[in-house]
Amino acid sequence: MLIKKPDEIKASEITDKDIYTSRRVFLRGAMLTATALGTGWLYRHFATPNQEGAAGEKIADVKTASGASIPAIPDARTSYEDITHYNNFYEFSTDKRLVAPRAKNFITRPWTVEVTGLVHKPKTFDLDDLLKIAPLEERVYRHRCVEAWSMVIPWVGFPLAKLLDAVQPTSQATYVALQSLADPNQMPNVRSGSVLDWPYVEGLRLDEALHPLTIMATGLYGETLPPQNGAPLRLVVPWKYGFKGIKSIVKIRLTDSEPTTTWNHDNPQEYGFYSNVNPEVDHPRWSQKTEVRIGEFGRRDTLMFNGYGEQVASLYSGMDLRKYY
Amino acid sequence: MKDTRFARFVVFVNAAVPLVLLLHDTYYHRLGANPSEFAIRTTGTLALLFLIISLAVTPLRKLLGQPWMVKFRRMLGLFGFFYAALHLLIYTLLDRSASVRAVIEDVGKRPFITVGMASFLLLVPLAITSTQKMIKRLGGKRWNRLHRLVYVAAAGGALHYYMLVKADTREPLLFAAALALLLLYRVLNKYLPRYTERKPARPQPRRAQSV
Repeated sequence: MLIKKPDEIKASEITDKDIYTSRRVFLRGAMLTATALGTGWLYRHFATPNQEGAAGEKIADVKTASGASIPAIPDARTSYEDITHYNNFYEFSTDKRLVAPRAKNFITRPWTVEVTGLVHKPKTFDLDDLLKIAPLEERVYRHRCVEAWSMVIPWVGFPLAKLLDAVQPTSQATYVALQSLADPNQMPNVRSGSVLDWPYVEGLRLDEALHPLTIMATGLYGETLPPQNGAPLRLVVPWKYGFKGIKSIVKIRLTDSEPTTTWNHDNPQEYGFYSNVNPEVDHPRWSQKTEVRIGEFGRRDTLMFNGYGEQVASLYSGMDLRKYY
Repeated sequence: MKDTRFARFVVFVNAAVPLVLLLHDTYYHRLGANPSEFAIRTTGTLALLFLIISLAVTPLRKLLGQPWMVKFRRMLGLFGFFYAALHLLIYTLLDRSASVRAVIEDVGKRPFITVGMASFLLLVPLAITSTQKMIKRLGGKRWNRLHRLVYVAAAGGALHYYMLVKADTREPLLFAAALALLLLYRVLNKYLPRYTERKPARPQPRRAQSV
C-alpha cells in the first residue's frame, strides 16, 4: 500500500549541517564581538584618554623674566600636553582628564575683573586694560599640587603687585581675597551645586600678594591660557600648593581680616589658609615628603616652600608652620 | 539545558576587555599625564565594580528565574580579586617604589590605606577557597558563611574609595548605594521570597488526555 506523506520535508530542504554549524558560529561570534565592543565602549567612556581642549593663541610681546630675584629652574619643563590635560578645575569636573574637553567652549571675552574693598581707587578692569598694566613676562615656576604631584610650567604674566598698585590699597588692608567666575551655564558642577561651595574663593596675606614671585598669569608656553588652566587670568603663587592659585578670576577684594577660602572652609584640618609647600607637614591622609613630577618615573623629594625658601621664608619668620599650615 | 560554556566564555572575554585596553593604553602612552595614578585608580574602580557585579548575580538569577546564571558568579568574583591584586601591585611598584617597607608604613599611617589593605586581605581566603574542591572540603554551609565576607570586603573597598577623594564623594557613594541595595535584596529574599524570586520555568508535565 502506498502511503503518501504530504508533509514530508524534502531532503534538499533540510539545512545542511555545515551551514547550521557555521550559522551558529557566526551568531556566537557576532554576540561575542558585540558585547566586547560594548564593554570596550563603556571602559572608554569612563577611562577616557586625553581629549582635545581649546588651544591658546600666541601672545605677541613676552619678555623673559628679569632680575636676580626670580630663581632659574634647572629641571625640564613639563610638556604642554600634560600641563593642559591634567587639571584640577572642580567647577568643570573633578576628573583631571575631563576638564579640558568640558571647558572647551568657555567664554573668556569680554571679561572684567572688579577690584574693591579697602582700596583708594576701586575699579572694574576690562581684560585688555589689565593686560596693559605691566609688560607680560615669562616665569618658569615649579607647581606643586597638594595631591603630591608637580610640574614645571613656563607661565606668562605680570606681578600681582602691579595690579594692586593701580588701585592703591588703604593702610587698613592686610589681606586679599580673590574670587572665580561661577557660571552655572558653563560649569557643570556649579550648575548642579555639587562638590564645593561656589564661587571658589582664595586669599593671601597682603605681603604675600605683593611679593615679586606672586603673579597673575595670562598665558603659558608663550600662548594665552587655555580655559582648563584658568583663562583668561589666574593667580600663581609658586611656593604654595596649587589650589591657592585660583583660576578665572572675576573679583578681587582687599580686607582687614583673613578671608574665608573655599578649601579651608570645606575641610580646615586638611587645607590651611597658608598652604605653603612643606614636606614636614603631612596632609592628614597622605605624605607631603615626596611628589610625582609629571612626565617622570618614580618620585622626587618635595622642597620646603617648593624650593623658593630663599625668596619667601622671611615672610613667615617667627611663625609656627605646623600650626599655620 | 542552557549552553553555559559559551555564556561563560562571553563573560570572561568581557571581563578581560578593561585589562586589554589598559595594557594597550599603557603601551601607547595614552594613560595621560600621571600614568601610575591613572592605572591605580582604574584597577581599583574595576575591582570594586567586579565585586559588586558578582554580588548582583544571585539577585539577578532569582529575579529572572534563571538559575544557570550562578555559573558566572565565581568568575566575576575572581576578576574582582584579580583587579584588586593588580591595584595593590601597581601601587606597591610605582607609588611606593617597590618597597614593601614603605607599603607597611603607609598601612600603619594612613587610615584609607589600612582599610584598603584589610579589604584586600579579606579577599585572599575567598579566592583560595573558590575551587570546587575547596567547596566540598569546607562543606556548602561553612563555605557560604565564609564567602559572606565578600560583602565586608566590598564595603571596605567602597569606604577606602570614599576616604580617598578630596571633595567629590559621588562615585564612592554610588558604589556604597549599590552594595546597600544588594544587601537589602538578601534580607528581603530571606523573609519575602514570594516577591523576590521567580521559579525557573520548567516544562509542564503532560497531562493525561481526557477521553
